[in-house]
Parts: sequence; C-alpha cells; structure tokens
Amino acid sequence: MGITVVEVTKKFGDFVALDDVSVAIPEGSLTALLGPSGSGKSTLLRVIAGLEEPDGGQVLLGDDDVTHQPARARGVGMVFQHYAAFKHMTVWENVAFGLKVRKRPKPEIANRVHELLELVQLEGLAKRYPAQLSGGQRQRMALARALAVDPEVLLLDEPFGALDARVRKELRAWLRRLHDEVHVTTIIVTHDQEEAMEVAGQIVVINQGRVEQVGTPRELYDSPANEFVMSFVGPVNKIGDTFVRPRDISLSLEPDGESTEAMVERVVHLGFEVRAELVRDDGQHLLAQLTQEEAQALELERGLIVYVKPSRQTVFTR
Amino acid sequence: MATSAAVPVSRPGAVLGRAGGGLARGIAVGYLSLIVLVPLAALVWSSRSQGLHTFWHEVTKPEASSALKLTLGVSVLVAAFNAVTGTAIAWVLVRDSFPGKGIVNAVIDLPFALPTVVAGLVLLELYGPSSPFGVDVAFQRTGLVLALLFVTLPFVVRAVQPVLLELDREMEEAAESLGAGRLAVFRRIVFPNLLPAILSGVALAFARAVGEFGSVVLISGNIPFKTEVSSVYIAGQIESGNPAGAAAVSVLLLLISLGVLLAIGAFRHWRTRHDR
Repeated sequence: MGITVVEVTKKFGDFVALDDVSVAIPEGSLTALLGPSGSGKSTLLRVIAGLEEPDGGQVLLGDDDVTHQPARARGVGMVFQHYAAFKHMTVWENVAFGLKVRKRPKPEIANRVHELLELVQLEGLAKRYPAQLSGGQRQRMALARALAVDPEVLLLDEPFGALDARVRKELRAWLRRLHDEVHVTTIIVTHDQEEAMEVAGQIVVINQGRVEQVGTPRELYDSPANEFVMSFVGPVNKIGDTFVRPRDISLSLEPDGESTEAMVERVVHLGFEVRAELVRDDGQHLLAQLTQEEAQALELERGLIVYVKPSRQTVFTR
Repeated sequence: MATSAAVPVSRPGAVLGRAGGGLARGIAVGYLSLIVLVPLAALVWSSRSQGLHTFWHEVTKPEASSALKLTLGVSVLVAAFNAVTGTAIAWVLVRDSFPGKGIVNAVIDLPFALPTVVAGLVLLELYGPSSPFGVDVAFQRTGLVLALLFVTLPFVVRAVQPVLLELDREMEEAAESLGAGRLAVFRRIVFPNLLPAILSGVALAFARAVGEFGSVVLISGNIPFKTEVSSVYIAGQIESGNPAGAAAVSVLLLLISLGVLLAIGAFRHWRTRHDR
C-alpha cells in the first residue's frame, strides 16, 4: 500500500519538527528517510505510524485518509531503534502479541509465529527472553513481531542504530533480501547515508523539518539538488562556491595549465581505496580519493608535491 | 568479580576495590546482626524459654487470637487497597502533568515524616467525636483502617514511581501499533512490568500495618474483641505483667510478617526471571 503525506506540519512547543512536508511513497518500495539528528525524520515516521498527531496536513495509506486514526487501527508494523522488546515475554510471545490482541485462533497463531521465527532465523530461541538475546537477535525478533500482523506498511526507526558495525552491515543486507521476499511497503529512518544508499531504492533527504530532495541513491549522489544534499550524501570538497567529490579530484606529478599545486599531508589506506589529504599553497584543504593502483603509480606519501585538478565539479545557483 | 580475578597483574585500584568490598561486606553483616538479628533472636529465645506449650496457650487465648485475626485482616485489606490506590497515585505523578505536582509529590512522604502518634491524634481530631465534618469513625474498625491507610500510603507509591519512570514508553507504542487498545496495553504491557514493584510496596505496607502502634492506639480505642490489634495487645500484656504472652504473640507476628515478605519475594523473583 502506498503512503502519501500531504503538507504535514508538526510543532513541539516552539520547535518546528515538520514544516509543510509532502512525500509520496510508492507501493512495495523500500524508502529511506535520511537526515541529520533533529531533522524531523523520526517525527515524520511517527506521524505516519499514528504515534504522533500532526498539527496540519494529511496522511493517506492507499486511498484512506488516516490522519486522525489511532496507531492501532492503521495496520502498520513498527520497529524501534532500541527494539522496544516486551521484556517480560518470551520471543514466541513477543511475536504472537499482535495476533493475540486480534484474538486469532490459537493454531493460526502458532503457525504464523513458527513461520516468522523461521523467516528471521530465530527458531531455536523461541523460549528465550529478550534479555537473553544479542542486539541483532532482538531486532530480528522485533521485525518478526511487526510482520506478524501482515502490516500494510513497515516502518523502521533507525533499526540498526544501536548495533555494532558488523551486525549492522549483516542486518542491512538481510533486510534488503527480506524486502525482496515480502514486498511490503517499507520506510527506514536513518542518519547514515551509506545505510540509506545500500538498503533503499528511494531516498527522501530531510533537513530542518523540510524535504530537501527525493530520488534514487544514484540521483542524490550524482545530481544533488542543493549544497545540503551534496555534502550530506557523501564526502565533498568545498572550494569557494564549487563542490567537488574526492573521487573527482585527479592528481598528477606534472603541472598542466589548469592544475594547482598541493602538498600531501596524510595518506589513509582503506584496502582498495586510498584517501589523500592535501593542502594547497593558499591553505585550502582537499580530500582526494584514489584507487590503490593510482596511489602506487604516484608513489603517494606525506610531503609529496602533487598537481590537482577537479575532473568534475558542481556549482549551485542561489 | 570474575573479571577482576582474571586480570593477571592486579592493579592497585582492583586490590583496593576488593578490600573495600570486603570491608563493606563486614560492616553490612555486622550491622545487620547487631541491629536486626540479635534482637530477633532474643525475642524468639525469650518466648521459647517458656516452652512450646506456653507459647501455644498464649497465642490461642481468645483475646490474643481475636487481636491477631483483626490485625491480619485489616493488614491484608490495607495492603490490597494500597496496591490499587498507590499504583494510581504513582501513575498520575509520573504520567500526568498538572500544577502543584511537585507539592503533591512531596506530600506523599508526609506519613513517614509525621510521628505516628501525631498522625493518630490528627486523625482522631478529624474523624473522631469532635470531627469538623461530622464523620465519627473513632473506636471503630473503620477508624483503624483509616489510620493504617494513612501511615502505609507512601510504600506502593514510592516503589512503583521509579519503575514507571524507567519504563520503556516504546514498548507501549509498539503494542499500540500492533493493534492493542489502551486497556490491553496496560493489562499486557504496563501492569506485568509494574507488578514486581507493586508487590514490593504491598509487602512493606503489609508488614508496617501488622506492626503499627502509634497511629492506631488513639483512634481504635483498643476495645478487646472489636478494635484491639496485636501490637496494642502486646503492649497491654507487658503492662499487666505477662511478658510471656507478649513475647509469644510478638514471635507469631514476626513469623507471619517474615513469611509474607519471603513469599512475596519469591513470587517477585519468579516474575522477574526474564531479567536474568
């Protein structure tokens, strides 16, 4: 089921969390709400979930206006950053909760819970309590719990934020595969541009309660709508009014007409990728991204003088 | 701790920590023995020296057993009442905001701060023969219950309040998004998580009610077979020169209170098994 948010505004006291936000989320998509903390992305998710009532505007699930419906009537599945596990219930009881409050017949509940625990690979841990699970397991349990009621939409609020880097990466890939299997319209809130790009098909960039840009990961990276998006979706060099991605800075040992001189301050090896921190004569710092081969060919090291030239740059008109 | 034992080279801080732990444990055990265990042992000893027969004879005297039944009856009633009202008050203090909340919060502790005899006196003035409201419950069981409700008020409130403050609101939101109504959220999510704290408060309120003297001695009128509770009975036995009777009833009260505390503790332990 598609989600349409129309001109939604939400204030907390004097703080404007959402300022006239309109977004359309296509049915079956996996969309990321990306923005820095305090940008209003979580508030938007909570408005869609029905956990927060907007001061103005509308929320539509499919063709239904659900703006004033309570969360329990919306048929959304919600997953929270800190799991929100029912700590006094076993894994099995957690997953069964939504079906129990809907008074489904017992055999049906048993079947469904079994099926979901298999889907999230927690079959063996059904009798454990949340305190006895790892963070990753808890979050998979929370996901199974949200999916148990066959939600029309699945809302994930920084679901991997509390996990360590390795588990986070695993779960991202797993979520991607899961979405390919179940096809439920999914929104994931994150402040991590890498996570958004890796998982989502569509990204909504939010800043200061407003939508900055909506697009595919590629569109955001290659043609950002403004300075904020440009610098938020990836590392960037700002030279005057010009923005250059580190991978778009080419280095050579010989000057040509357009290049400027810079000194290598630091070289960071990140496996395949090498990052060079440079400083120009005028004090401008630059970050360049190279492959290992390129770095080797230049014999890149601290103190080396190189000639830099942006191969591609962006200027935003104000 | 196992972790500090695993450190091959012991750091000075760790040694100090261990020694400090030992010292703290010594103080705790010594202090508890002196303040709690020795008097209790002495009490048990003084009743035991009379022999089991005398003990039984003393606690089954009609006046003694009547006082005992009354004490337990009103204590159960008061504890149960507190479970409901105390939880409700804690809920309002944590979840609601209203002007004067800070003052209400401070007033909760008043029954602890007030000397119990003073509380008894105040209650007698308010609800006794000269009541300004025309409510006279003095020398009746109602008055007794009222006094006990007053002195036990803080227990459940103060036990539940911090747990409610710490309770993960997202659990409730998750339940709501899964289709649970307000009542279902309370019954299935909030209540089970508060229950251990409610029980702690109830256990303390019960124990306090069983042993309460100061606040009830004035308002209850101490009418044997009607409003005389065990604590007052014990005092009466001492005054009329029957220390054996006093000791026997005291030991029984002690055992009952201890039994209730242990039973509730065990239930709590079982209810919070998911946290371990």
